[in-house]
Amino acid sequence: MSASPISAPVIEVEYSLRQTRSRAGEKVIRGVLLAAAAVSVLTTIGIVVSVLIPTISFLAEVPVTDFLFGTVWTPLFANGQFGVLPLISGTLVITAIAVVVALPLGLGAAVYLSEYASDRSRRVLKPTLELLAGIPTVVFGFFALEFVTQVLLIRIFPGIDIFNALSAGLVMGVMIIPTIASLSEDAMAAVPSGLRDGSYALGSTKRQTAVKVVIPAALSGIVAAFVLGISRAIGETMIVTIAAGLEPRLTLNPLEGMQTMTSYIAAAGSGDLSTGSIEYKSIFAVGFLLFLLTFIMNMVSIRLVRRYRQVYQ
Amino acid sequence: MSAPDTAAPLAAPSQVQAELLGSRPPLRDRAFRLALFISLTIGVVTLAVLIAYVTIKGWPRLNSTLWTNMPSIRRPERAGAQSAITGTLWVIGFTALFALPTGILAALHLEEFSKPNGRFQRLVEVNIQNLAAVPSIVYGILGLAFFARALALGQSVITASLTLSLLILPIVIISTREALRAVPRNIRDGSLALGATEWQTAYRQTLPAAIPGIATGVILALSRAIGEAAPLLLLGAVTFITFNPTGPLSGYTTLPIQIFNWTKDSREEFQILASATIVLLLVLLLAMNFAAILIRNRTQKRW
Amino acid sequence: MADEPIELQLTHDLTSGRAQQVSDEVNNVVFTLQDLRVSYGDYQAVRQVSLTIAKSEITAFIGPSGCGKSTLLRSFNRMNDLIPGAKVEGLLAYHGIDIYGPDVDPIEVRRKIGMVFQKPNVFPKSIYDNVAYGPRVNHIKANMDDLVEECLTKAALWDEVKDDLKKSAYALSGGQQQRLVIARCIAVRPEVILMDEPCASLDPIATAKIEDLMRQLALEYTILIVTHNMQQAARVSDRTAFFTAELDDNGVRHGRLVEYGPTRQIFSAPQDKRTEDYISGRFG
Repeated sequence: MSASPISAPVIEVEYSLRQTRSRAGEKVIRGVLLAAAAVSVLTTIGIVVSVLIPTISFLAEVPVTDFLFGTVWTPLFANGQFGVLPLISGTLVITAIAVVVALPLGLGAAVYLSEYASDRSRRVLKPTLELLAGIPTVVFGFFALEFVTQVLLIRIFPGIDIFNALSAGLVMGVMIIPTIASLSEDAMAAVPSGLRDGSYALGSTKRQTAVKVVIPAALSGIVAAFVLGISRAIGETMIVTIAAGLEPRLTLNPLEGMQTMTSYIAAAGSGDLSTGSIEYKSIFAVGFLLFLLTFIMNMVSIRLVRRYRQVYQ
Repeated sequence: MSAPDTAAPLAAPSQVQAELLGSRPPLRDRAFRLALFISLTIGVVTLAVLIAYVTIKGWPRLNSTLWTNMPSIRRPERAGAQSAITGTLWVIGFTALFALPTGILAALHLEEFSKPNGRFQRLVEVNIQNLAAVPSIVYGILGLAFFARALALGQSVITASLTLSLLILPIVIISTREALRAVPRNIRDGSLALGATEWQTAYRQTLPAAIPGIATGVILALSRAIGEAAPLLLLGAVTFITFNPTGPLSGYTTLPIQIFNWTKDSREEFQILASATIVLLLVLLLAMNFAAILIRNRTQKRW
Repeated sequence: MADEPIELQLTHDLTSGRAQQVSDEVNNVVFTLQDLRVSYGDYQAVRQVSLTIAKSEITAFIGPSGCGKSTLLRSFNRMNDLIPGAKVEGLLAYHGIDIYGPDVDPIEVRRKIGMVFQKPNVFPKSIYDNVAYGPRVNHIKANMDDLVEECLTKAALWDEVKDDLKKSAYALSGGQQQRLVIARCIAVRPEVILMDEPCASLDPIATAKIEDLMRQLALEYTILIVTHNMQQAARVSDRTAFFTAELDDNGVRHGRLVEYGPTRQIFSAPQDKRTEDYISGRFG
């Protein structure tokens, strides 16, 4: 830098490390990318706001205790009653049936894929199972009503309603098998092979290793899969709308028809309700409950997944 | 581990060898394995039964009238699904138009431009994971309150597309991020070391290299949107539609909604029609799934 | 000075003449490092590095793994910026300009100071596009065909690929890929080329070609090379910096510069016991 005056300017130019071109376009692009990422946050805010505002005005007309603990749901009657318990019980009964089907089958499938299947058979079996997840729920609904109820169940339970909770729950259970299997398998695949080897070295069989080592080690991931599967079942709409009927009933009998939170929203929302009416607002009040319930379960699931990732990765 | 099954009967009489090979695994272990295998197959078998059932039931109507004719209430034997097919194409076209750029750009931001483990990044990540699990009917509520009523877009193709875009956005983002992450770090390093900016690197190197993976995710996301019915129930698609959409603000129906409408009608002709339409829908979706798997398998060997 | 080469050639065939021309003092300085420290989060990878690097010479960084030499090399073109938590303290000046100074644009730094990586990281594009990529993103106005030919020629690759320029770079062998990466690097007309173990994934024949090429390039460029291969450092470099990994009083492992000087001196008459042990250990 202390060169002669003649050469100094040349050196100055050659050795500058300053920015030579304006990169304004780059900044604009970064802004666009950020905005795109923000859309997802705005979606959540949009959901919360669009559900919450009508819910608040709904609760101004219907006392919150009547809503949460009332046992009669007749929103379309002249003197409508808005007790949400029948919808909740309907949701829970159908979800329970689905869970009874999907938890053991989903976990079993995951253990088979992760511990027993050869690489080659896994490469065929896994995508096949995942095809199940790609079947539209309206197709499952049709299958539940036309085949499961009217071909199968009616022979086993002659007195069964055409619209019933059992067929909806069974088919929904099959529908969520891939969700549970796939997430559980991820969790088991994350279990270090050293743990398995240690178990085999002690003379354990594959079954003992799977049950006593792999499943406990992957437990938080498996529970996350269960929780997410249940959240799916609670939020599922088309199967219940088609196969479980639209009658809100406070009952535990799975052979009867019942209405769930989702099928109420679908049924009431597909009519042309005026924006200010109490029926219109009731859609949002039920939607708020549904969102809250599934939101809590999703968060629990996300936390659990994060935990097992932290342990093993 | 499947060796003992065949090896045991052939085992030589040597005492040591017999002990090492052992007998077949204990009954309990074999029963356990069988139970696991059955759990896996029940889902697959159900799928097979479902496909066989709708194919057999819908067979009489699986001909060109299915896509050349319009729906009809009075003459089920001649009703078709044309308006539902065109409606699906319109809705999915616009959904792709909104969701793909947004999702891919958002994924680029999260994967290439934002500080890992920064607060905004973590918020967005958890938020996307949660959105992916929000019931689809809740998106319908958002679409009804926001797009249909607040923005006064009404019960139109555009309302449905915007709603479905938000619904599949998390899937597009998550799969695009995975595809970007699969591009080796040293490709980025090579580009940056040549004096390329981060955007040039992302746009000219990382994104093109990730395109097969992104395509796979995008196809699966769109196939999810094609099969989706619940949110559209709130957005006017249930109305009886016997015309093809004429533009983004036109009324519409879609294949899943048409299937739903026919399922509700207890006349046998409509059940047959619903089955035939289901076959059509499933063929479309299976083809998309198959394409996605093909792309994935073809590109897995690259690095 | 006059009698040293004889002694050297007796010990090992280290020097092919070049090292003899290097003076003990660094005259034409490109880089000045003063008390340079590189850390990741709480972990200090390299501490207290002070040295000067001469123009149009090949300077080798050698030492056991974990001594921080690659980390140090990545500080020269600010590639460490891309690693979350990485921090560079002290002075690293390029012609008197602090590379980590406030007005400095890392992209400009990387244009002037190119880099060749351990694994040949060609882009999934054609051979031609690999070379043309740098000039394009830097908006360099030039006849691209001529530039590509010139760079491939300089990288001793032109004759092998001139008929296949549109072919995927993945079709090339590992050694050819590494020469393509070098061609790509000089296409943006850098002054300095950093090489991070450029031959680590190559066979001996490909390695020999790259070493020849480095000697050629040193006529025009300043080259810094990190290598595990001591013979390589001895064969190609003019100056050598020897690093070790040490434990400090708290038992924390970190890299440290032990000795720096003309290569012939480091290899024939190391001043420090640790250098001597390392070199004799390797040469057996």
